[in-house]
Amino acid sequence: MAAKAKINNKIKSSVSRKIFVVGNAFLLALITFLCISPLLHLFAVSLSSNHYALAGMVSFWPRGFTTSAYAFLSGQSAFFDAFFISIQRVVIGSSISMTLVILIAYPLSKEVEVFRARTAYAWFFAVTMFFGGGLIPTFFVISRVGIINSIWALVLPGAVNVWNAVMLLNFFRGVPKELEEAARIDGASHVTTMIRIYLPLSLPAIATILLFTVVGHWNAWFDGLIYMTNPANYPLQTYLATLVMEADTTARNLMSVEDILRLQDVSDLTVRIAQIFLGALPIMAVYPFLQRFFIKGIVIGSVKG
Amino acid sequence: MKKRKAGQFKKEIPFHLMLLPGVVLLIIFSYLPMFGIIMAFQDFRPILSFENSPFVGLDNFRFIFQLPTFSRAFRNTVVIAFARIITGISVPLLLALLVNEVGKSWFKRSVQTAMFLPFFLSWAVLGGVVRELFSLQGPVNQILLFFGRDPYMFLASNNWFRTILVATHTWQSMGYNLIIFLAAITNIDLAQYEAADIDGCNKLKQVWYITLPGMLPMIILLATLSIGGLLSAGFEQVLVLYNPLVYETGDILDTLVYRMGLLNRQFSLSAAMGLFRNVVSLVLVGIAYFSAYKFSNYRIF
Repeated sequence: MAAKAKINNKIKSSVSRKIFVVGNAFLLALITFLCISPLLHLFAVSLSSNHYALAGMVSFWPRGFTTSAYAFLSGQSAFFDAFFISIQRVVIGSSISMTLVILIAYPLSKEVEVFRARTAYAWFFAVTMFFGGGLIPTFFVISRVGIINSIWALVLPGAVNVWNAVMLLNFFRGVPKELEEAARIDGASHVTTMIRIYLPLSLPAIATILLFTVVGHWNAWFDGLIYMTNPANYPLQTYLATLVMEADTTARNLMSVEDILRLQDVSDLTVRIAQIFLGALPIMAVYPFLQRFFIKGIVIGSVKG
Repeated sequence: MKKRKAGQFKKEIPFHLMLLPGVVLLIIFSYLPMFGIIMAFQDFRPILSFENSPFVGLDNFRFIFQLPTFSRAFRNTVVIAFARIITGISVPLLLALLVNEVGKSWFKRSVQTAMFLPFFLSWAVLGGVVRELFSLQGPVNQILLFFGRDPYMFLASNNWFRTILVATHTWQSMGYNLIIFLAAITNIDLAQYEAADIDGCNKLKQVWYITLPGMLPMIILLATLSIGGLLSAGFEQVLVLYNPLVYETGDILDTLVYRMGLLNRQFSLSAAMGLFRNVVSLVLVGIAYFSAYKFSNYRIF
């Protein structure tokens, strides 16, 4: 009798478990869809005719399919100029940042007995992680350095990323000491040991830091907004941000009928949306393949404590 | 003895040389601006620069503390930041529990991938997305229209602006904490679940008595560390989304500093605000790290 009840119980629980599993999968699929649906919507609007887009009749599938927004863009140089500046920024900025991170992490990963000034340097770097001069004083210092309106204003001020250096130095410390000692006995210099032993063994950490640095440079836009006085020098994300901020929907909602009609003629909405979508595209294209590096980096960076 | 010291210094020279470029850059771009804080105590004029602008003591601070826009921005910052912290921990936590129950690993991976994606997009792009979503012809208003309601200007409404800020920030950032929580779950000893199974403990009870307690250290750590962000309410996000109609609920310290300093050229006043914000933040971060060290034995170095 008791055994039968137990079996009944088990069947009941497995039925409710099945309901849960299906419901859970459904719920998560829904949330997942909601997370990416805004981007799908953006894509659909960029490929729709302006008439449908302005009427709000586009959901996740283009209505009145047309590539005219993209065709219009290809005739405009502003978007591609900004794109090119962003590429420049990513290449120059990331190479400088990565070099600096490695050069800082290596000496600081040494014991105090080997490098007596280590503690003093560590403090010097750590202070900047928690305190800064703030927006306005930094702005005036940078304008006095004389790099306003040049790519160096986007690359140099944030070139030293102490967080990344800390992550890498913790990784360096995990490298077996015997390897370094052997190399040193064979007469290798510090630079050689760093390049030949530490870097190859820390490749996963370096790959992760590189990815975050590249994404950071690609996505940064506020510095471009304040340090580039000439909009022709804006990197892509700054260009997009001004596009987004200027095309103030509330302002448009308060506009006269004629203004709205005129906007329809130049097909402002779909072109704007197309540019925003193109600005997101490079990251969306490579992200699925690189995702595991990002995840690794986050787990290394956070759970170690 | 002296010779040995000199010898060691010689050995250390490569280290000093390696650190030199970083040190120079930090002196210029981090330490000089800290000295530039002097302008918060001056009546700073760009022509006179830091050296010759007249010194005014604490006048700027006296002035900003009486400014209604300042106290409003302070209030908004704390309210928004606090709400961001709550949703930023609770939503990913809930999602992690649900994702963890999924058996199929491809499904698990796809869910994670999709939820993590917005984290890598800038607020320039995401701001464009959010503005389109809530615009008069946008999808949200289309849904309202479908249910026979009038379109509504969400981003111009003081009733909705903060909610939209917090919700879209959660959307953008939840993938990050989701990954941290999922990693915390995988660290829980599977033997505990087996033992619970044998004892006839159902899934819900297992979550309550094993999974959640197993994640508790990570939850506490994230919560304590987030104290340091109480004055960070998402500068770039607010900047691309707000407009004068919602300053009442949406203007935060960072946006106020930016507007006052770089748009209205009130350099000293806005430098004073920035200094106030950074000092309070420093104290908060100090408290956060100290508590994280005490409760969770967390250290950055």
